[in-house]
Amino acid sequence: MVAFLPQFHRENPDIRVDVQQIPWTAAHEKLLTAHVGDSFPDVTQIGNTWIPELAALRAIEPLNARVAASKVIRERDYFPGIWETNVVREELYGIPWYVDTRVLFYRTDAIKTPPRTWSEWIATLERLKRQSRDPHFYPLFMPTNEWPQPVILAVQRGAELVTFEGEARFEDPRFVDAFSFYLDIYRRGLAQVMSNSQVANLYQQFGAGEFAMFISGPWDIGNLRDRLPPEQQDKWSTAPLPAPDGTPYPGASLSGGSSLVISSRSKKQDACWKLIEFLSRPEIQMRFYEESGDLPAHRAAWASPRLANDQQIAAFRIQLDHTVALPRIPEWENVATSIFESGQLATRGRYNAREGALELDKKVNAMLEKRRWVLAR
Amino acid sequence: MKPETRAAIVLLLPAMTLIVVFYLVPVTGAVVLSATDFDIYSIGDASATRLIGVGNYQDLLRNSLFWRALTNTLYYSLIGGPLTILTALGAALLLNSKLARFKPLFRTIYFAPVVTTIVAVAVVFRFLYHSRVGLLNQILGLAGIAPIDWLGDPRWAMPALILFGIWKNFGYAAVIFVAGLQNVPEELYEAARIDGAGPIRQFRHVTLPELGPTFVFVGVITAIGFLQAFAEPYVLTPEGGPLNSTLTIVMLMYREGFRWWNMGYAAAVAFVLFALVLLGTLAQRLLRRVR
Repeated sequence: MVAFLPQFHRENPDIRVDVQQIPWTAAHEKLLTAHVGDSFPDVTQIGNTWIPELAALRAIEPLNARVAASKVIRERDYFPGIWETNVVREELYGIPWYVDTRVLFYRTDAIKTPPRTWSEWIATLERLKRQSRDPHFYPLFMPTNEWPQPVILAVQRGAELVTFEGEARFEDPRFVDAFSFYLDIYRRGLAQVMSNSQVANLYQQFGAGEFAMFISGPWDIGNLRDRLPPEQQDKWSTAPLPAPDGTPYPGASLSGGSSLVISSRSKKQDACWKLIEFLSRPEIQMRFYEESGDLPAHRAAWASPRLANDQQIAAFRIQLDHTVALPRIPEWENVATSIFESGQLATRGRYNAREGALELDKKVNAMLEKRRWVLAR
Repeated sequence: MKPETRAAIVLLLPAMTLIVVFYLVPVTGAVVLSATDFDIYSIGDASATRLIGVGNYQDLLRNSLFWRALTNTLYYSLIGGPLTILTALGAALLLNSKLARFKPLFRTIYFAPVVTTIVAVAVVFRFLYHSRVGLLNQILGLAGIAPIDWLGDPRWAMPALILFGIWKNFGYAAVIFVAGLQNVPEELYEAARIDGAGPIRQFRHVTLPELGPTFVFVGVITAIGFLQAFAEPYVLTPEGGPLNSTLTIVMLMYREGFRWWNMGYAAAVAFVLFALVLLGTLAQRLLRRVR
């Protein structure tokens, strides 16, 4: 981001931007403490899943009026699911800065045509398992301690998970259905029951063909390019996610990414907005992709030849038009963690999908008691 | 006021101020916090905080995750603690033996795990514990034992963690034992030998009683360290291990407080841990007095 500032300073000689970089893993905690200590930065780049929380804290400013008056930032230039993640109760709190979503990564030597439906997906995995003749070969890598996979399957089936008011909705047959599909993958031995901290080197193992498929985000494009030897570079590709049978392809995925927000206590909100408008220009977005490799939020930036001609990224372009915003409540991460924890218990035979769903309802409803009370006040 | 009293007040004041400001005030604050449902909503709006008395503690008792963490912590401490002390004592006896050569070298080797960065060590241990390529499983394989999924199997994750904990911590206790052993007067051994005591009886009737105070110190320090386990399980199994099989009380507190921002609840967990450490320490002192 620092690279674009000289141009911004030339165009706005009266504004000085001081950029501070903080490590992504510590950012969430630091921002909350900054809010309590009344030192929240004027403009901040945040993960778009933090928006409901910061909005609940009233740490960030609604931007509806500013977007309505803006000539640069228009809603139709952004991917709808991603835009939606920035909206809490009709109020827009952030402008998408870069985006990510999850797609299928697969070995092109093992899979000629990536699956388009859930049943094709299972069939492909079954075929790979049969062909390997090795009972310890698991064609899909899907760690049991990650929530995106079960959540993606659930939202593809149309499950709501939790309401904004704080009611759990796991007893919904659509969730139970998706959850059984998820558990079935383990039960059939198509994915190993293991956590991601047990993997010594995901990329090496994928390169060596120890599994043929996994679901992940754009960061793994860079990782695979950096870590696999050149002769393996044409042996992998990406595809949009398969859809539940009878629903249009591709199936929905997550709306990840980061957004730019303005502090509600900032005394320079107009200047902040100028910076956000500047950073949202398509040409800046394009340059940002070229320098960082993060996928641009602005549709026009996708016309950049480096993005448009990249076959391994094409799936992301398609998938980004099919993303769903997750429940926008501050407790979401905690809810999501409960989902995979319940999956872990179920994969080890503690209970079936429906019992797991009922357990989840109980647990999440207890967790959201405070939210229901706060909203009812 | 007598001048001595005044002098005493003046001299005590700096230390007392520090204790009050940095100890009593925060601890009282934490007690109050543990009686509220202070969380993310309270940070935004203080009026969204409810005084719930012992509600957090009641919730804790009903929370299966808390019992899981408590069981794990006791499992880790009751197995790992004594094993650490025994290993340390064994190492100290070897170091103290008159037959031992290269003592400084071995002292360094035993103490090295204590001072190495735990994060770096965890990476190495994760490789050692790897279910397919790990050294440990390859050695077991030579003995015909089928590979164990050390960090992935809920039954084995804790033993793996205990092994790691012992390796990381025994060096500290060993150094203290060496110091204790060197303080045992040589005349006592001499007298025991004249009375016809062999090495085993010398150890039982001279070394062990003389090491008594060292045992209490090492025991208390090790117990506190193991009950407060955080770094070891956190670096080896960041999410609490398979089915939360390595989730400790401090990890639960961290998760509730700093991941979900349920500060009131996390404070309650902290006081339960405090009670546990206090009980452990008192039990050891009692044991010592009975003997």
